[in-house]
Amino acid sequence: MPGTPTEIATRHLAETSRWKPLEFAFWLVAFGAIWLLPSHHLILNEIIITALFAMSLDLILGYAGIASLGHAAFFGFGAYFAGIFAIRVIGDPLTGLILATLASGALGFITSFLVLRGVDLARLMVTLGVALVLGEIANKMTWLTGGADGLQGVMMGPVLGLFEFDLYGRTAYVYSLVVTFLLFLLARRIVVSPFGLSLRTIRDNPLRARAIGIPVNRRLIAVYTLAAAYAGAAGALLAQTTQFVSLDVIALHRSADVLLMLVIGGTGYLYGGFAGAIVFKVLQDVISNWTPQYWTFWIGLILVILVLIGRERMNHRVAVLWARLRGKPEPRPRTIVGGH
Amino acid sequence: MSAALETVGLEKRFGGIVATDNVSFRLEPGARHALIGPNGAGKTTFVNLLTGVLQPSAGTIRLHGEDISAMPPERRVKRGLVRTFQINQLFAGMTPLESLGVAVSERMGHGYEFWRPAGSKSVVIDEIVEIATRFKLVDVLEERTASLPYGKQRLLEIALAFACQPRVLLLDEPAAGVPEAERHDLLATVAALPRDVSVLLIEHDMDLVFSFAERISVLVNGALFTEGTVSEIANDPRVRAVYLGESLDG
Amino acid sequence: MLTILFDGIAYGMVLFVLACGLSITLGLMNFVNLAHGVFAMVGGYVTAILMNRLGVPFLLTLPFAFLVPAALGLVMERTLYQRLYARNHLDQVLFTIGLVFMAIAAVDYVMGSQPQLIQLPSWLRGRVDVFGVQVGLYRSFIIAVCSVLVVALQLILTRTRFGSQLRAAVDDPRVARGLGINTALVFAVTFAFGSGLAGLGGALGAEILGLDPTFPLKFLIYFMIVVTVGGTSSLTGPFFASLLLGIADVAGKYYVPSLGAFVIYTVMIVVLVFRPQGLFVKAR
Repeated sequence: MPGTPTEIATRHLAETSRWKPLEFAFWLVAFGAIWLLPSHHLILNEIIITALFAMSLDLILGYAGIASLGHAAFFGFGAYFAGIFAIRVIGDPLTGLILATLASGALGFITSFLVLRGVDLARLMVTLGVALVLGEIANKMTWLTGGADGLQGVMMGPVLGLFEFDLYGRTAYVYSLVVTFLLFLLARRIVVSPFGLSLRTIRDNPLRARAIGIPVNRRLIAVYTLAAAYAGAAGALLAQTTQFVSLDVIALHRSADVLLMLVIGGTGYLYGGFAGAIVFKVLQDVISNWTPQYWTFWIGLILVILVLIGRERMNHRVAVLWARLRGKPEPRPRTIVGGH
Repeated sequence: MSAALETVGLEKRFGGIVATDNVSFRLEPGARHALIGPNGAGKTTFVNLLTGVLQPSAGTIRLHGEDISAMPPERRVKRGLVRTFQINQLFAGMTPLESLGVAVSERMGHGYEFWRPAGSKSVVIDEIVEIATRFKLVDVLEERTASLPYGKQRLLEIALAFACQPRVLLLDEPAAGVPEAERHDLLATVAALPRDVSVLLIEHDMDLVFSFAERISVLVNGALFTEGTVSEIANDPRVRAVYLGESLDG
Repeated sequence: MLTILFDGIAYGMVLFVLACGLSITLGLMNFVNLAHGVFAMVGGYVTAILMNRLGVPFLLTLPFAFLVPAALGLVMERTLYQRLYARNHLDQVLFTIGLVFMAIAAVDYVMGSQPQLIQLPSWLRGRVDVFGVQVGLYRSFIIAVCSVLVVALQLILTRTRFGSQLRAAVDDPRVARGLGINTALVFAVTFAFGSGLAGLGGALGAEILGLDPTFPLKFLIYFMIVVTVGGTSSLTGPFFASLLLGIADVAGKYYVPSLGAFVIYTVMIVVLVFRPQGLFVKAR
């Protein structure tokens, strides 16, 4: 449908924010699983929390181009915060969730200044270092965190004072799903906003982003804070629904796993975290049934192959497939424009 | 009347090397001014000082009378000092529509608006379309920047700067690498820039300099060597010696 | 007190031998090789297997602990790593982390997850008293071997033709190529040599650091600290960083065990934030 340039421009900008049929389908299935897959609620709960965590990483990696090797710092912080809050203050899930989210965001805000100083490798190492320091703190402050034994005795009250957490994970899944969905809606809104677009310019070319008047550092601080809050929310959900927190929530492998999931699912379209989390958990399940001890081998192999084939090219293939499904012309392959 | 852009005793040292040597330079409002100089004369350093990528060791920079020497780059852009790049610096994964949209929304102060979709304001759309028309980008608005022909990318490079509503525009070799067939479009748009935008052209291509500029400054070894009208510079034997002769040989 | 210093130096020396290859490859090819520890682990396992299964004396295993990882490094560099030099750091990180995961599982599969014990020869066991300081014989041995290695490395870098080619390539690969230096060859040889040194470090350090399939992950952070704190433009930076780290780690564990690795990580962050090029590099 042709039109005046103004109409075309309006239409194209509106299209990026419009919901696609597949998205409706995805959430329909996710909510349908409440009734359709009652025996899998525990694993579904785990998947949806992991997906939220991966989505939070996508906000900084996929949209702003900040790679992090220590994103579990915020996940773990949120988990410990929610767990300790439930033990020491009050067992109401929503209060704990909101406070844990805000606290993780605050931590993200503070550490963002460290992360912004460096570039590239230094940045990777700083994110890693922050997670290590927090992990070490959690390990040593046994009186508060339970140290290596984990945080025991987390007792959660009913959600909204109505829904008790049950053994089969039904309440847990519904709770996590609703929270994730709401946070997703917000994130989806953000990434197509002027703010979200400005982040993508920073990802593509920070030099030019500055040269068109974008305060790059402040935007990065904002999105890093946001991503930390999201990761903290995911951690809090895990702590509340499993009623247990161990050092595992903040460990290096958790940061690595979430990065891996996001890379498998693809960055920069928000659903990568969901796709990656599902594929990852299913693979983990299948492979560990087959060779329980050595499943990391296959995960490693997937990573190696993924990188050798080229993430970009993989993403491009997905994009082509996506376009074909929607009956659109294929996007052209990416070529390099400009440098850094 | 204060100059559009003015430097006073501007100096930049890297260790023992003086890259910019006591440059006092004046760009008049509405000027079409070219800055030329042989390779290694310090043009890039000078531009980086003006835009705030580098901090001067001494001296001041004034934009329409206001001292901007200590301002970070993005604030200078908001004050109306905008540059283009010799090598395209674009947003490869975005469309020209989105790229221009960001620049326009940012200028209008919408950069932190995260609650509404980009493009929901018609003033923004109207301006994007206006700029795209001016820079002949209307037919490629929704293509990925990375897949645009080079000439279009070059136009987008300048259009992005124009979207920031510059009062002073620094054009860094705008025609560099543009194939002959697409060159005309580019030069025409540069020539058609509105007169209330003061332009400083940093250029190697003497044909472009002579056809576009009204005044020329020559930078040699980091210092301002001479300045004058086009005919003065063209007929200055010293300039020929340090610059023109050299560039004709090379 | 002096014993701790001594142990710390020995520890730091091993760390240097382990990590210096990583520092060179990072400086030379700007390649983030998180799988560096895999080569160290291979070296350690070569020594363990040769000693425990074939009864080869400890000293005789060391050349193999160098050669096997070096050969492995050469093959991997030519077949896999060189494809990734032009990629961004995230791809390199993902790729090499993948290798680490594979290596850990593979070694676990072949050798089991239990730690490997290395029976030192009797003349290296025990401690002696030197001017009132308790000095471990094996640690003295390590310091001696590593000192020789450090001096040899420095001589290779500064006195040989290969060394000058290497330094030229680190400074500016494009210029080096213009000078007719076969940078691909320099890269490959350096990578192999660095991997070999890591292997040797793994063998020498097995007794101090412990050796099990998770070795590459456990010490990854230490390697990265050495490299990031020491910088990659010379060997002296990583050398002093290793010594500092070794002494700080040993002393920290002895005096303030409650702080654990906290101090080291914090120092790393501080250095990274304020001196991203490394602590011992002149700021540019």
